[in-house]
Amino acid sequence: MADVNRGNRPLSPHLTVYRPQLTSMTSILTRITGNALILAALLTVWWFLAAATSEEYYATADAVITSWFGDLVMLGSLWALWYHTLAGIRHLIWDNAMMLEVETAEKLGWGVIGGSIMLTIITVFIV
Amino acid sequence: MVQLTLPKNSRITKGKTWPKPEGATNVRKFQIYRWNPDDGKNPRVDTYFVDMDKCGPMILDALIKIKNDIDPTLTFRRSCREGICGSCAMNIDGINTLACIYGLDEVKGDVKIYPLPHMPVVKDLIPDLTHFYAQHASIMPWLETKTNRPAKEWKQSIEDRAKLDGLYECVMCASCSTSCPSYWWNGDKYLGPAALLHAYRWIIDSRDEATGERLDDLEDPFKLYRCHTIMNCAKTCPKGLNPAKAIAEIKKMMLERAV
Repeated sequence: MADVNRGNRPLSPHLTVYRPQLTSMTSILTRITGNALILAALLTVWWFLAAATSEEYYATADAVITSWFGDLVMLGSLWALWYHTLAGIRHLIWDNAMMLEVETAEKLGWGVIGGSIMLTIITVFIV
Repeated sequence: MVQLTLPKNSRITKGKTWPKPEGATNVRKFQIYRWNPDDGKNPRVDTYFVDMDKCGPMILDALIKIKNDIDPTLTFRRSCREGICGSCAMNIDGINTLACIYGLDEVKGDVKIYPLPHMPVVKDLIPDLTHFYAQHASIMPWLETKTNRPAKEWKQSIEDRAKLDGLYECVMCASCSTSCPSYWWNGDKYLGPAALLHAYRWIIDSRDEATGERLDDLEDPFKLYRCHTIMNCAKTCPKGLNPAKAIAEIKKMMLERAV
């Protein structure tokens, strides 16, 4: 940045002082869920890989993935998948310059949060 | 580049607590960011107590009262005191707004005041807006025409004029741009909500004849497309404008002319 920090000017605080907003939190969650899903994808690939390798290897992988911790990771990933999908749909709507009024955008935010939880519960019962 | 923590010279230290006003019964606590360029120390947060029975209703009234009665070194910008000049933009109670039109009754508990976030500080609550203004200038905030000048004024239909509503009211206070995480991390290259709202204001002006050039100029990985619709800008705008929507309209125009 040209010429904006003459002398030893401090940078004013940002993340630590700015109040979290519904829209900013749902936005960062979209990124976090997107990245976390890489872990779920890798786990699933590892599971298939083990199945293709040997019976013993599959037994080990299957034990890890179906353990209580594995279940927890998979449940979290399921929610992340739904959240990321719904947030993606929200972005598609916004890309048409629609529903961008603050109130509407916040309703969509609650919709994404509530919808992802509901869809997760429904998926768990079906599967 | 994204740097989540503050640089060493910017970390906030514990400040001074100023004495309470004598004989006051209705006292309110203010915590205000201070930085003095002349003492070589880190920024600090000072605590002040203001007698609310002798103070006006707005945040700016309290700041002026502190400056008049308690600490004349407290430094901030202010001018019109009615939300039209944009000078007194600052971070109040966790959001960016104008001190003159934000009521003391809108804040619950202690009043925390910081300069606009992620900006170089000149002194106390005054940020350096040089770069912000340069970005505004870069979008050519004026009418560009190629046809011959008309005998009188450049005319516009009532419908075309209405397209500028919600855009021309911007007072360039920088509340929106400094509320935007994308602007925090990439403010050197990303133009930010304020400059982009102004860019759109000229793009959709029916009298302007440089729409193509204006869009060409924004066709860049950073200038426009660092907006990820976080919407802190629209949420915080003290004038109730919606830069996020203006930016979405520009992105849409980019797409429409590409297909």
